[in-house]
Amino acid sequence: MTTSTKDPVLVVIQLSGANDYMNTVIPYTDPLYYDFRPVVSIPQNEVVPIDGQLAFHPSLSPLKDKFWDTGKMALIHGAGYPNPNRSHFRSMDIWHTCEPEIMGIEGWLGRAIRDLDPTAENVLTGVNLGQSLPRALAVPGVPVASVANLEQYGVLTGIEGDKERNQALDVFARMYTPAVGSGIVMDYLAQTGQDILKGADILKVAPAKYSSTVEYAENSIAQALKGIAQVHLADLGTRVFYCSHALYDTHATQVVDHKKLWDDLAPAVCDFYDDLREHDASDNVVMLLFTEFGRRVRDNGSGTDHGSGGGSFVIGDPIKGGMYSEYPSLKPEDQLDGDLRFSYDFRGIYSTILERWLGLDAKPVVGGSFEQLDFI
Amino acid sequence: MASNDIQLMAHLMRRAGFGAPFEELEARAAKGYEATVEELLRAEEKPDWEEDVARRHMIGGHLGNAMPEIQGFWMQRMIATTRPLQEKMTLFWHTILCSGDSKLDHPETMDTHIDMVRENALGRYPDLLVALSRDPAMIIYLDNRYSHKDSINENYGRELLELFSMGVGNYTEDDVKMAARAFTGWTLAPAMNSFIPYQRHAFKFQYDPEDHDDGEKVFLGQRGRFNGDDIINIIARQPATARFIARHLYDFFVADEVQVPAWQTTPPRDPAAVNVLADAYLQSDYDIRSVLRVLFNSDFFKDESVWYARVKSPVEVVVGTMRLVGDHLTPAPGIESLVGAAGGMGQILLNPPSVEGWHGGKEWINSGALVNRVNFVANRVGDLSLPGVQRIVERLGDITESISPSDFVDGCLELMGSIRVEEDTRLALIAHVERGGPLVRDTEEERASFARKVGELLQLIASSREYQFA
Repeated sequence: MTTSTKDPVLVVIQLSGANDYMNTVIPYTDPLYYDFRPVVSIPQNEVVPIDGQLAFHPSLSPLKDKFWDTGKMALIHGAGYPNPNRSHFRSMDIWHTCEPEIMGIEGWLGRAIRDLDPTAENVLTGVNLGQSLPRALAVPGVPVASVANLEQYGVLTGIEGDKERNQALDVFARMYTPAVGSGIVMDYLAQTGQDILKGADILKVAPAKYSSTVEYAENSIAQALKGIAQVHLADLGTRVFYCSHALYDTHATQVVDHKKLWDDLAPAVCDFYDDLREHDASDNVVMLLFTEFGRRVRDNGSGTDHGSGGGSFVIGDPIKGGMYSEYPSLKPEDQLDGDLRFSYDFRGIYSTILERWLGLDAKPVVGGSFEQLDFI
Repeated sequence: MASNDIQLMAHLMRRAGFGAPFEELEARAAKGYEATVEELLRAEEKPDWEEDVARRHMIGGHLGNAMPEIQGFWMQRMIATTRPLQEKMTLFWHTILCSGDSKLDHPETMDTHIDMVRENALGRYPDLLVALSRDPAMIIYLDNRYSHKDSINENYGRELLELFSMGVGNYTEDDVKMAARAFTGWTLAPAMNSFIPYQRHAFKFQYDPEDHDDGEKVFLGQRGRFNGDDIINIIARQPATARFIARHLYDFFVADEVQVPAWQTTPPRDPAAVNVLADAYLQSDYDIRSVLRVLFNSDFFKDESVWYARVKSPVEVVVGTMRLVGDHLTPAPGIESLVGAAGGMGQILLNPPSVEGWHGGKEWINSGALVNRVNFVANRVGDLSLPGVQRIVERLGDITESISPSDFVDGCLELMGSIRVEEDTRLALIAHVERGGPLVRDTEEERASFARKVGELLQLIASSREYQFA
């Protein structure tokens, strides 16, 4: 194992489609829960209690054993923002850009990466494991490697002969030189092309250096986290990792679908930390799991419609486990048009992570001052 | 060396189709621009491909999961079609009126869904919306089957207004509920079991009057005991719908717009053009073919400032490349890998990331997607065994006895579909060719080396920034 610089690292998992927090962290002793959820609820004898009021969905048991019971898992109840928007697209945008009022362009993590590496010295400061780049990581001029497959990353790989390929890469580099007046998208392409050339050279080493006794499952989230582990363990200076897990949009047949999602996700997160711990590389990694909104209090007979007032999870060795913020009340008079009222502004979660973990000034990144929490 | 006519034809074919090899551009330019537009619009006058024959050639080993076969079948159709605009419009609607297999998990129903879209792609918009509302894939995708008289599910009512017709800001939350009430009872027939093992029948639509809320509704200021058809008729004639569809068409055919959620606050790139298209929609009884006729014949479409003003979608990259190199022009196994290739660039056919479809334009590009785009195209155009590539080599060989590096580069750009690149790019390519030595082809060995140089140059052109645009 090479000497790690042990810079703080953040891993973000996006639960796309709006995870139903009410069925993930369940108010199992509140009769209102079962009143509002005649079909889409977890029976009291199946939940995994964490105290007298709240319980995990049974599929979160691996996370409870590994992180909650050891005090390394923080639950942030009721994470949201004022005037909740129930469009996936828009709400995800708001979480990505921290701009609830206007259409933001810059992603909060893109800004954080820029602050971590202002001169874009390392094109791998931010790495997304996935096909396309989420807006959270997108800031013009900030390189982020978006990698679907670590083994095959690079351009013009089909040109035979080292000399021929190197000559072709020279031409590629010249064609991707930004020129005055060629337009925003052309400039963006130029930058992306240059970043690929640099990133490909460095990333090649990660799978080659990697060895582990942990066997990840074949599903997409487990494989994404394996890729993140490979890059992290190769010590390439990556500070922000990102991946997504879909699709949590459980309007129908939720009981089955929601279970399957967490049955994939929870063991994958445990495997990831086992892998890191095996290599003595877990103590500088914090993981955030978030989703764009919660789901409606009342079920629709098979699933749940779009709501508000979701919840987030922060996991890791440096985390002070426990519950933060207030679990939103299910009482009809406390609801907002049939939804849980948000109790905590999500930009506070970001601020806490940015300031207390990554050591950055949160205010310009999230666009203001928000109440921080003590989970770090 | 390209004439303006051919360059304009190349622009038209990149937009109204999936691009075209040089020979096709020559033939179409000889026929004339307006005649070509008319031919593209009257798609049904061209022979359809022989669907039953195609299906017999494409039976895969997917009896349990037919999805790759069905995605491949559509990909195959886009490559082979004699009706490029019909397929392009089918793709257009697929990016807006989304339905996806990740939720359906029922390939046959996705297959009938896209056939329904194709059938209505160039027709009247309200007809398409009615067909969509009765479409089993949509009834499953946006949960209308779970919307009942006594407990509505708002999903379809909301997206019909937000994403399929008017756009956010032009209706109220009450309108959403009214629309949802009007579509109660639009549901699925009970599933039929097949006697063939592993075979699954496509779902069928059924109207259930018992579960329809027949009460009075107030929708967009109108009062009545509306059913779903009435809702669509009201929606179709809204000026907001005309503007929304016009802007989508402009974005897809003319020049990349900002992403849809920003439309409320960001004016169109060319407001006059969107007005022209919106008027054409309202004046033609909401006929999409009429709107497209106006679009392709307009000055704002032909203007050089909008050439290469759209980033190609992954499906356009894949289909256009296959048509250029002349591969997979007839049904053959292996088409599933092309579906996967587009997926690697960020677009899985018949499986959009969410009901909002894909983020297009600049957002198609990121380092991972660009790697996949460049490598996919380069590997195809560098394959000298493919007929389209061989034709390019032959035609270049015919030009003159001795060919200069700059003529060689210009010739390759031309033969790849009359592609225009920035002068810096052109100079980089010429410098590369110069470095490779003289372009002689007297001996067998020299001819082979000449062909290799063509293949290499085509790969570099395919990897250029300019090639990412349509």
